[in-house]
Amino acid sequence: MAKFSDDKLKKVDEIVARYPAGKQKSALLPLLHLAQDEFGGWLSVETMDYVAGLLKLEPIEVYEVATFYSMFNLKPVGRYVFEVCQTGPCMIKGCDEIIEYIKKKLGIGVGETTKDGLFTLKTAECLGACGYAPMMLLGKYFRENLTPERVDQIIDECRQKAALNN
Amino acid sequence: MGRLLLLEKANVPGIRGYEVYRREGGYRSVEKALKTMTPDQVTDEVKKSGLRGRGGAGFPTGLKWSFMAKPEGVPRYLVCNADESEPGTFKDRYLMEFLPHLLVEGLIVSSYALGSKATYVYIRGEYAWIPEILEQAIAEAKANGWLGKNILGTGFDCEIYVHTGAGAYICGEETALLESLEGKRGNPRIKPPFPAVKGVWDCPTVVNNVETLAAIVPIINNGGEDYAKIGIGKSTGTKLMSACGNINKPGVFEIDMTISVEEFIYSDEYCGGIANGKRLKACIPGGSSVPILPANLLLKTVKGETRLMNYESLGDGGFVKGSMMGSGGFIVLDEDQCVVKHTLTLARFYRHESCGQCSPCREGTGWMEKILRNIDTGKGKMSDIDLLWDIQRRIEGNTICPLGDAAAWPVAAAIRHFRDEFEWHVENPEECLVRNYGLANYADPLGVATA
Ligand SMILES: Cc1cc2nc3c(=O)[nH]c(=O)nc-3n(C[C@H](O)[C@H](O)[C@H](O)COP(=O)(O)O)c2cc1C
Ligand code: SF4
Ligand code: FES
Repeated sequence: MAKFSDDKLKKVDEIVARYPAGKQKSALLPLLHLAQDEFGGWLSVETMDYVAGLLKLEPIEVYEVATFYSMFNLKPVGRYVFEVCQTGPCMIKGCDEIIEYIKKKLGIGVGETTKDGLFTLKTAECLGACGYAPMMLLGKYFRENLTPERVDQIIDECRQKAALNN
Repeated sequence: MGRLLLLEKANVPGIRGYEVYRREGGYRSVEKALKTMTPDQVTDEVKKSGLRGRGGAGFPTGLKWSFMAKPEGVPRYLVCNADESEPGTFKDRYLMEFLPHLLVEGLIVSSYALGSKATYVYIRGEYAWIPEILEQAIAEAKANGWLGKNILGTGFDCEIYVHTGAGAYICGEETALLESLEGKRGNPRIKPPFPAVKGVWDCPTVVNNVETLAAIVPIINNGGEDYAKIGIGKSTGTKLMSACGNINKPGVFEIDMTISVEEFIYSDEYCGGIANGKRLKACIPGGSSVPILPANLLLKTVKGETRLMNYESLGDGGFVKGSMMGSGGFIVLDEDQCVVKHTLTLARFYRHESCGQCSPCREGTGWMEKILRNIDTGKGKMSDIDLLWDIQRRIEGNTICPLGDAAAWPVAAAIRHFRDEFEWHVENPEECLVRNYGLANYADPLGVATA
């Protein structure tokens, strides 16, 4: 059963304390982020129930929120998730070619994960980097001004990091 | 070069940290406001400045603040809208990333004016590296006595908290943002009651954009009248523009709202002209929700006057021959861009982001996307163009929140100004797959371009 470490539980208390007494539900989005980061990059029903327990909410209150927001993954994802923006300004700057390139290079379609579990490809809508397009969100950071060469580098970088951590 | 009020110090090395920011004159406005002004005097100064909300709607900030209800014994809240998700817009990100203390300073003064003892910054979840930057600035401000209990010995208490969203454009709409801050789905509320009366946790709340709150700093430092002298008419002060698309120098620029659109696009100080020596085709000057304008209507108003980069001039000609300042997301399309395809990506965006509460928005956005996809891929019919027009008209004004309108307007403007391009797609179903139409009304003859 998924459970936060003592360290993380301290963080939970700190987050809950940001909101007025009795309004702990407000901590839901921050806690779901914390849980997703902690428990494999996605939110299982078990994880959501655990968060509901922490905040004294009904599980359904957590499910309905988790399903509303696009950043929460409700299915397992690869270790590295490429979220490539495809809205107008990025389209102008060639995001379609970048998406095609990643598909070919990794041999997966949008929404799919490579067999080795390393990469998931997703499309996203405007991420607030329109001037530095094409771009993708990878973990906590943006990768901007993408070219096929940049994509190659990023994939290599991820593979190397994965090899080191295994 | 116009006067810079927000980005003046952006390039000072170390300005992200407290020491340098303070040395450069930071937090003076907090001293001035808390020690020498009453909260109402701060609000009056903001009224005098003529500052209009920088989140998109352009509502006068001082007036909004004066609507804040003040029932006895009920807490009041200031919430900073850092959800920034309107396609084309990335200016707030720049402010938060490079001048976090400027925002914190503005938040403290604004919280004082509004009586907010707990102020929240609601930031979009995808800006995942920024909360740390802000939290660091907040901690530094607190360590130096600008936040916390009894600030500067004035008896004013204030804390600032950063709250992360999780991927939903609709949470930029202020009532959806408040729902989200309460830990719920981001479904906009029916207004009234307005947030100033009943906002977060049913308490009076003011929601303001990041840039709006940063602008409070120069307003208090130099006085509202000084701020109002910059700019023109009701477009006072400076405005941050985020420019993207087919230009040489995409990025964030602070402009004096007296410059012309032409200067903004072609001057090296700003966008640096159209990239690769191409010609300008069209532009969406204020974020994806505002009407697209063809080059001829962009540089000059319908009366033939030079169009300026401000609220009034960009709006000159109304929805038929003008556009809007909106959020300042300036999207430039060159001669090679396809208006149908671009409009399709925006329609897909709005379908994806509709919260689904109102049927015209939920169904209409999906329907428009489908029709646009058909036209874009050579499967459209002539009657589809009128159908699109009809659908957008039925969404507009018939929904709980303005996302419905925001989805309708880009489609309406694209058809209004580029109908020939839509028709060309229908008439040339094969050719539209391999080449673009070119410049509206005077596209190159087909024979030449395909040869
Ligand atoms: C669909 C939708 C999305 C919006 N997104 C944002 C946003 O990301 N940031 C923002 O400041 N305002 C956004 N707004 C405007 C807010 O509702 C609100 O007017 C604004 O935050 C008020 O602040 P201001 O007066 O300082 O501009 C959005 C409005 C709508 C209808
Ligand atoms: S207009 Fe669209 S986004 Fe706004 S409340 Fe209605 S369904 Fe939701
Ligand atoms: S359109 Fe891709 S980041 Fe804005």
